[in-house]
Amino acid sequence: MHRPRGPLIAVLLALSLAASACGGGTAGQEAAPTPSVVAGFPVTVEAANGRVTLESRPERIISLSPTATEMLFAIGAGEQVVAVDDQSDFPPEAPMTELSGYEPNVEAIAGYEPDLVVMADDPGELIDSLDALGIPSMSLPAVPTLDGSYEQIAVLGKATGNEGASVGLIDRMSSEIAQLVATVPAFKTPPTYYHELDDTYFSVTSDTFIGFVYGGLLGLENIADEAKGASSGYPQLSAEYIIDANPDFIFLADTVCCGQSAATLASRPGWESLSAVRDANVVELDDSIASRWGPRVVDFIRVVVAAVSASEPDPS
Amino acid sequence: MEAAAPARTAIRPTRLRPGMLLAGLGALAGAVALGVLIGPVGLSPAAVLRELADRLPVLDVTSGLSEQQQAILWQIRVPRVVLGGLVGGALAMAGAAYQGVFRNPLADPYLLGAAAGAGLGATLVLAYVPGVDGWPIDPLPAAAFLGALAGVAAAYTLGRSAARSRTTTTLILAGVAIASFLTSIQGFIQQRESDTLRQVYNWILGTLGTVGWREVALILPYVAVSSLVLVLHRRLLDVLALGDEEAESLGVRAARVRLVVVVAASLATAAAVAVSGLIGFVGIIVPHAVRLLYGGSYRRVLPLSIVFGAAFLVLADLAARTVLAPTEIPIGVVTAFFGAPFFLLVLRRTRRVA
Repeated sequence: MHRPRGPLIAVLLALSLAASACGGGTAGQEAAPTPSVVAGFPVTVEAANGRVTLESRPERIISLSPTATEMLFAIGAGEQVVAVDDQSDFPPEAPMTELSGYEPNVEAIAGYEPDLVVMADDPGELIDSLDALGIPSMSLPAVPTLDGSYEQIAVLGKATGNEGASVGLIDRMSSEIAQLVATVPAFKTPPTYYHELDDTYFSVTSDTFIGFVYGGLLGLENIADEAKGASSGYPQLSAEYIIDANPDFIFLADTVCCGQSAATLASRPGWESLSAVRDANVVELDDSIASRWGPRVVDFIRVVVAAVSASEPDPS
Repeated sequence: MEAAAPARTAIRPTRLRPGMLLAGLGALAGAVALGVLIGPVGLSPAAVLRELADRLPVLDVTSGLSEQQQAILWQIRVPRVVLGGLVGGALAMAGAAYQGVFRNPLADPYLLGAAAGAGLGATLVLAYVPGVDGWPIDPLPAAAFLGALAGVAAAYTLGRSAARSRTTTTLILAGVAIASFLTSIQGFIQQRESDTLRQVYNWILGTLGTVGWREVALILPYVAVSSLVLVLHRRLLDVLALGDEEAESLGVRAARVRLVVVVAASLATAAAVAVSGLIGFVGIIVPHAVRLLYGGSYRRVLPLSIVFGAAFLVLADLAARTVLAPTEIPIGVVTAFFGAPFFLLVLRRTRRVA
């Protein structure tokens, strides 16, 4: 038990020395190293559940949101994460557990002795229950645009003491995305698309984050927008309607969940007549990448841009 | 006779009159016509009629429908209407048969764990069978089918062994227990495999949104065979209504009739559930509406439940795909929403007449 402590104390000493050095060397006050004091804390951030104050740098984070998990690891907060939910399958080193973000078990969560719990949405009374236990929690729900993603990354950066890395990530993402968007040809008439969430034809409207990437960012037109207002951002379309709309592109975000592919799509009754099938404009996506608003949105945009650029018939 | 079994109301056996069957077939024809002519995509009715006429061997007319529109009509809309009719007929018929065989007006295909077993079978496939490409048959309907039969078999065995007297109440209670048990296992698996949660949820609410001729071909034989068996048993169901002892005294082997009817009705339920998910309400509403309109004899109730059930589900599916078009509504929501007020209407009307 003694051996690991030596280096830890040394590191903390070094850290506090560095902090004091940066602070201009008021040596008298920094002399006694207190482990909980890290520069920048306490900190208050704004999440969907309101202002959250963290007294010290969280070292035992639980993420119940796959997107938040990806964000945390991308800003270098992975070391501070002790457990992630059963859907957080990326990055591979994330400590996946049986914890569920849909049906959270407060006792199981508290068992990890977390000092911060991050979730997408509060499925019930989770935040209240955690409050009662004195565990700070943040809700970071799905966002409608990229700016929302950047905001959440910044918030996580600030909350976990990785502000510099989070700013770097945001810069990197926005410049890569800008480069990709710049390669998209200018459309005379915007191509139409259908984004498929599962094999019962659930789709997304342009009000969702995914819809924003296609429409707001890349200028494609969504056939599911006809269903706007009739339901949430995730309408279930009629097969008749999809075939009649005859979209230029079909993006399959159900390759993993439902085993769909360009081949299975073409074999659906009535679908073989679609121009997207004939022109090989059925694009197979990774379900997870195409449903999260985290750092891998860049990969998603890259796939879509490649498909759109490759098939633009006459760039004239 | 009545004195021997005061709790049971003997059914006055009455023959099915041609007029009634015509009314039923007329309703079905009307529903099918509406279902084929109306959809989320506005195909002109005239063009649809020309396209239909073109398929007749003697006629050769140009419909003016584009290739996509033809695909919509023949690959999507028509099979969906046909399947809606098959599923509705099968569920209503199964409901009528269960009600007769258990002498319980609340019996329906959800009794005896048929639907719950099918639900568990489907959930198992959705959760644990990753890709189904290249399988000779889609494992989902097959598993639903096996689940339904297993559920019925379990309920039947349990019900028989629990009470020597073989009362229908024990059977129904056993069915309820089995159904709850199977549903709890399904809930547990859903929780463990939350990736598939939404798929299972879709399936539970029922949908005809992704069907084609393949599904029609899949269930047609089962629906045909079970319909034939049940319609042939319609007179025996009337006899069974007198009570087992009375039936035996009339030379009817009650236990055997019951077994045959239950198996046939479960087969029909499983076939319907396998392709459309769980569509509630049809099996209970349609037979009762038929009884209120035409009397309780199974010579009428069984055949008329098939045609009116088919008509009802075709119309319900029409609403499911057009009310919020191009968005689909789960058909189970529609059947309950339109079925309940309709049933109350029929109930009021007949009360006033009586």
